[in-house]
Amino acid sequence: MAEPLLEVKDLTVHFPTEDGLVKAVDGISFSLAPGETLGVVGESGSGKSVSFLTVMGLIHSDQAVIEGEVIFQGQDLLKLPAEEMRNIRGARISMIFQDPMTSLHPYYKVGTQISEAVRTHQKVSKKEAHDQAVEMLRKVGIPRPDERAKQYPHEFSGGMRQRAMIAMALSLNPDLLIADEPTTALDVTVQAQILDLIDRLKQEFNAAVVIITHDLGVVAEHCDAIQVMYAGKAVEFGGRRDIYYGSHHPYTWGLLRSIARLDEDSKERLHPIKGLPPSLINVPPGCAFNPRCPYVMDICRTETPALLPSDGHHASACHLSLADKERILKEEVMARS
Amino acid sequence: MGRYLIRRTLFMVLVLFIVSLFTFIIFMKLPAGDPARRLAGSRATTPQELQAIRHSIGLDEPLLVQYGRFAKGLIPWPGFFLNKQVYFSWANNVPVSEEIYSRLPYTITLSLGAAAVFLVVGIPIGIISAIKRRSFVDRAGMVFALIGVSAPVFWLAYLMLYFFWFKLGWLPGIGVPAGEPILKSIALGRFILPWFALAFTFAAFYTRMIRGNLIETMSEDYIRTARAKGLSERRVIFKHGLRAALTPVVTMFGLDLATLLGGAVITETVFNIPGIGQYTLQAIFGGNFPGVMGVTVLAAFFIVIANLVVDVLYAFLDPRVRYT
Repeated sequence: MAEPLLEVKDLTVHFPTEDGLVKAVDGISFSLAPGETLGVVGESGSGKSVSFLTVMGLIHSDQAVIEGEVIFQGQDLLKLPAEEMRNIRGARISMIFQDPMTSLHPYYKVGTQISEAVRTHQKVSKKEAHDQAVEMLRKVGIPRPDERAKQYPHEFSGGMRQRAMIAMALSLNPDLLIADEPTTALDVTVQAQILDLIDRLKQEFNAAVVIITHDLGVVAEHCDAIQVMYAGKAVEFGGRRDIYYGSHHPYTWGLLRSIARLDEDSKERLHPIKGLPPSLINVPPGCAFNPRCPYVMDICRTETPALLPSDGHHASACHLSLADKERILKEEVMARS
Repeated sequence: MGRYLIRRTLFMVLVLFIVSLFTFIIFMKLPAGDPARRLAGSRATTPQELQAIRHSIGLDEPLLVQYGRFAKGLIPWPGFFLNKQVYFSWANNVPVSEEIYSRLPYTITLSLGAAAVFLVVGIPIGIISAIKRRSFVDRAGMVFALIGVSAPVFWLAYLMLYFFWFKLGWLPGIGVPAGEPILKSIALGRFILPWFALAFTFAAFYTRMIRGNLIETMSEDYIRTARAKGLSERRVIFKHGLRAALTPVVTMFGLDLATLLGGAVITETVFNIPGIGQYTLQAIFGGNFPGVMGVTVLAAFFIVIANLVVDVLYAFLDPRVRYT
């Protein structure tokens, strides 16, 4: 494998609160090659957003205890002075967010907000920055971009706003784009358009992409690798095929079963994962998933399973034996789909 | 916008009409007893004298005719507006318009000065408190705000007089002589204590409001976007945060300034400033209805105008607001 673009080593992000220590991210490690697309999947509160806000340097050290390493292009971002991190943020790593309705400033014109990003990192005139903003709006497929640039966010539809956010994020040709639930707030038809757009621009700008989502269905077509997170830890990591057709973790099975399928004519109900994600202050001992796991064993309640590779870079954190996993996968999970 | 302004103006006229009607009823009709008797005061009066008073101010006419006369005097047209035949002081025959015109500069000076003080004090403390949340500076700012909103103006005014005039002798004490040119009074520092006494409560209130607004704004998604762009924290706060946090303050400021222009009764009384507020008090206690009517409608006028100005201003401050 080539030199990774981003390598996260044993990252923990703990928030001290009045109720106790919130272990939002509790020791995750992964790496991302240049131009690769990584999907990060998990329920709300699994630590997926927090870990990437930390990569962006948007979680402050006075709010949280951050440990581990975030190595981006050979530099540990966690050790960078704030000023240098600011030069990377928005220029070499950029991020788009879940709700395009509230992520743009309501009082500034869309074009101004994009050219502000350009002018923060490049020494260009207002006019040049504005032209770049219009050009970016054109690239993300906004019709009449020169007129649209002069409009305010409230004059844009949700999908158009997310396109504008993408235009802003890519305006400095970053090496890494982090998309935090980019389609969650959008209509289903618009979701596909936005994901296709991210795919296309990723090729054009030659950027690596991280798509954070709670919906395995969303990342299916668009990701090279997938990391499944639960209660602040990575429970499974693998290529797209490994996760969809050869998953080795009961939590991932649960996620796969709960995807709604249009091609299924049976009147079968969806299979939600029973129970709720644990409180991050009081994570169950052993495997955090054990209270909800249908295959729970005694060892699961006392010992935390390590994220161990089974083959290549497919890894899962589960005490079940590989044989058991293969059997359950074949008989119970795949049989249904 | 044009149609909107016409509609709002008509509405303003309606509001002022209602205010004047209620003022008339409350003052002329509701108090028990004879208005003429009240006007005569403690002097022993014969029935003939009372009748003469009644006749001289038109109390012997039907109520509607009486109100109509006052209402006509509120029509902003030369010859009608505050005409001296109706709007004169029942106590000393001085026209109400003369009183208002001579007193308004004092009230305007007091209000604008106090407004400048509370903005200059309130906004920066509010911003610093919000940015340095839970720090010592924030706590100190909030203690200041708590004292400010709880301290009554008259108490504060006397406290300040005691220290800065009586004890230290830094500033002149009570009184702005009505004969002295107002610019000279300002230059002599006669307004400094009144400005600060009047501004204190407002400053405290604005500090809290701005702190609250800014803290709320800084947790918005678009602030996270601004940070994600790599903007400096200074720019995030002052360009993106304050832009949204200060917009609602404009509304409050417009209304507060209008309220002050209607007369700061307590401050003007304590510091003996010959302004509208002092006149209001004199008119009420002197049973001088034309005076009461004049200052009440004036105060109401400031409020409705401020409301309109603020609403129109909003269309320029917030691109989402449009008037049709």
